Amino acid sequence: MRWKLLLPGVVLLAVIWLVSFVTHQPLKGVATEESARPTAHIDDSIQKVNMFFARRWTGRDLQSVKKADDLSVLRRITLALMGTVPSLEEIRSFEQDSGPDRLQRWTARFLHDRRYAEYFAERLARGFVGVEGGQFIVYRRDRFLRWLSEQLETNRPYPELVREMIGGDGLWTDEPEVNFVMAGYDDGEGFNKNKLAGRAVRAFLGQRIDCAQCHDHPFDHWKQNEFAGLAAHFGQLKLSPVGVREDRDLKFEVEDRNTLEKKVVEPAVPFGENWEPTEGTRRERLAVWVTHPENRRLERAIVNRVWGLLFGRSWIEPVDDLPDPPGDEIASPKVEGAKHPKSMKPGEQDLLDVLGTDFREHGYDLRRLIEVIVASKPFLLESKSDVDDASRLDRMKEHFAIFPLTRLRPEQIIGALLQASSLTTIDQNSHLISRFIKLTRLSDFVKEYGDLGENELEDRAGTIPQALLRMNGNLVNETIDATPFTASGRIGRMASGDNKRLELCYLVCLTRRPTAEESAYFLPVLEETRPQRRGLVVEDLYWTLFNSPEFAWNH
Amino acid sequence: MSELVATMFCGSNSPLATRHLPLFPSRRDLLKAAFASGLSFALPGLDLRAAEARGDERQKSLIVIWLGGGASQLETWDPHPGTKIGGPTKSIKTKLAGLEIADQYPRVAEQIHELNVIRSLVSKEGDHERGTYLLKTGYRPDPTLIHPSLGAIASHELPNDKLEIPSHISLLGGQYPARGGFLGEIFDAFKIYDPSNGIRNLKARVGDDRQQKRLAGLDVVTKSFQSGRRVQVENTLHQLTVERALRMMTSEQLKAFEIDQEPQAIRDAYGDTQFGHGCLAARRLVETGVRAVEVTLMGWDTHANNFEGHKTQAKELDPALAALIHDLKQRDLLASTLVLCIGEFGRTPKINGLEGRDHWPRGFSCLVGGGGLRSGVVLGETDTEPQSEQDADKSTAMPHDPIEVPDLFATILRQLGVEFDKEVLTPIGRPMRFSSGKPIERLVAST
Repeated sequence: MRWKLLLPGVVLLAVIWLVSFVTHQPLKGVATEESARPTAHIDDSIQKVNMFFARRWTGRDLQSVKKADDLSVLRRITLALMGTVPSLEEIRSFEQDSGPDRLQRWTARFLHDRRYAEYFAERLARGFVGVEGGQFIVYRRDRFLRWLSEQLETNRPYPELVREMIGGDGLWTDEPEVNFVMAGYDDGEGFNKNKLAGRAVRAFLGQRIDCAQCHDHPFDHWKQNEFAGLAAHFGQLKLSPVGVREDRDLKFEVEDRNTLEKKVVEPAVPFGENWEPTEGTRRERLAVWVTHPENRRLERAIVNRVWGLLFGRSWIEPVDDLPDPPGDEIASPKVEGAKHPKSMKPGEQDLLDVLGTDFREHGYDLRRLIEVIVASKPFLLESKSDVDDASRLDRMKEHFAIFPLTRLRPEQIIGALLQASSLTTIDQNSHLISRFIKLTRLSDFVKEYGDLGENELEDRAGTIPQALLRMNGNLVNETIDATPFTASGRIGRMASGDNKRLELCYLVCLTRRPTAEESAYFLPVLEETRPQRRGLVVEDLYWTLFNSPEFAWNH
Repeated sequence: MSELVATMFCGSNSPLATRHLPLFPSRRDLLKAAFASGLSFALPGLDLRAAEARGDERQKSLIVIWLGGGASQLETWDPHPGTKIGGPTKSIKTKLAGLEIADQYPRVAEQIHELNVIRSLVSKEGDHERGTYLLKTGYRPDPTLIHPSLGAIASHELPNDKLEIPSHISLLGGQYPARGGFLGEIFDAFKIYDPSNGIRNLKARVGDDRQQKRLAGLDVVTKSFQSGRRVQVENTLHQLTVERALRMMTSEQLKAFEIDQEPQAIRDAYGDTQFGHGCLAARRLVETGVRAVEVTLMGWDTHANNFEGHKTQAKELDPALAALIHDLKQRDLLASTLVLCIGEFGRTPKINGLEGRDHWPRGFSCLVGGGGLRSGVVLGETDTEPQSEQDADKSTAMPHDPIEVPDLFATILRQLGVEFDKEVLTPIGRPMRFSSGKPIERLVAST
């Protein structure tokens, strides 16, 4: 009978093994203070952005709102970079930090946190390969994701990543970057070259030219034959036992829609012909052209995307359909009816060029780009204003003279829920069970909350299924449950006094302290509760905070 | 979007119109009243007797039977037995003189005279996702905006004050459920995968007493967030969605999903299948006042074994569709309920090497009727054989009297009582008509 006594222990060990196997990430040490220092000499870059906005606001008779307090900004940063709210542990240590530029230092610290590499990799991957899992045998999105997060962790220059994604050869398991082209592979049809060309231009150059496959672009200058020339760069793709490779004998044929005749199309680029080298495979040549320093579309596209991921709204919407770079003779022939970015006035510079140039001149350093944006004025502004006029507010929003209110993504909601159920930081080094819950629950919750897929930067309002899920869903119910191991349980039992109790709930869930009105309402409720029932009251308070718009909307 | 939605919720004569944001005090009063009467959260003055209005007095509703994957016209409403393209499928006579359909539909054959048949739908979209987009919205995909589906437009334009459950519902899912598009996600179909399994997240986790406290606290926290953000918070629709969710949670109208309340004979008629349950629930939902219901039957994408596949599908579709039409008629609901049975495209006349048929957007069929449309009209005709082998492959063959999808949509919207060519502004200020088509007059009853 003794073996029966051992059983729970064995099960526990098995679970621990399973959990660590499933979560699969090696437990890395926390970034050292040394490596997590803010990038040096970024003040000039921040100044350039601030000057841009100062001019823009003055030129449009707009006044920016006040600066937000540091805790609000800290919350934005953790949500944007790691998909979660700050833990109580982090809030405490942030508040004790009285040194200069603490927001900048903390930004750098988060950028060296593995949570950033993982979360941001998923966000970027949506633009690069979409969300579909595809055919598992020949496409491994998970490997691609891990590769991308490793690149972010080592902070490789952005064009290098792009070149590897477009031009890489090999097996999708060994060379995960080739999953970019494998995402365009279909068992029956082989490689869909048109899809790949459309995807590459959209993901890396920020223009939707997919429509030029069948007809000329309605307002930009993309022509059908230009599209075919780009697609021809993928025309020698071949799947072999050693994975993706180029077959120089393959021809790229296009069928004329009128005569139904097939004709061979040679690779060509629509502009900047001399950026494309004559050496290398077709895809390698395309990769060099896409990432050529004079191809401003590359930097403009990634700046717009990163801006969007940080603010929840891109500078130009939609995030991947940018107008031609203004004032560029090579890349932007004059076209009647072409869109103007943000109703730019003559002689004005575009933000994407201010930041894009800076990004290029500083080694295409993604971390640095994020640090600059996060430290610039628009990111530090409050999300509230005395202005009550909807159209004026819209203009302020358009020019980022106020921080926009945006709906949190489901991953951010679940990240925030789980973080708020713990007083310590849930990261690579946290309790395996918390990580396990996060991993297993994430996809269900995301699906039920409504995954926005590739279009996650679209402006959205709330929905009824979301309200139901927040109010009555399993996950919320479990995370607010006041047990000795959850934050709500510990706050209920251990906090010294009701004032403290209330403050802790607010800090953990909303990253702020209660207002006077809120205290006046909730304190009496807490005070009139018998100690045994305190846990329940804290649960109710948690539920209330989770269901508030403040919790579900980035502000 | 905010403006559009504001028109919908505040500009109409819905109960919300009189309750300008912030909504808290009034809601709390309502809650108190409701609580005192023992009906927590239910708003007073609800009329469950919407179900009793019949015939012309009823506001119109829409049921879309969605054949996901693309049903073969040749194995459903447009068989060509004994021809090169017909395959082994035989045809049977229907109650409509001169009309024959595939013999796998004996029960639909008894009811089809209540509807109309279109055999010449044409589109240019032969891909599932793009085809579905077109056949759910009436527009071809456009990378710069998402058009609303038929059901979303109907719900937007024809609000029902008395309804406490969503007015646009999708049963049994599928990959691309109907969306609200630029009208806003709040008009997305409310997705319920299998009504017989109950609806998720509808039960409050605590008793009324605690729930009241939680909600009262929510008022306080929301109010402080609204300070300085009145307009922005209003635009999030957070408050509205919470209220509507609360209203739904305790609504008597949820009974519409309880198909086990139906007599056994009726349930048997629809068939004991998920799809049968879905069609029965659709009837109950429409009866309760839901504006648009979509019931999906997947499994039509028969690139191989087309004939066997379609026989299996017919075993679910035939009884459920026939019972739905019969049941609506019996209850005098057919005159106010438009029924559309359609998928993203049809299938090739040519039979491929795997006994399958591939995607075919040139000359496919649908059934449409009820809601006061004429009945017994058959539009369009496909060739018994494609003009040449090449035509079958190249999608250049055209049916006689081709009907464009937007025209079908314009017909349906107008029949529902929607100004089908109304121009609305999308969130980025681009004017867009609900439908770009022209109503098909031959389907409209002369008055």
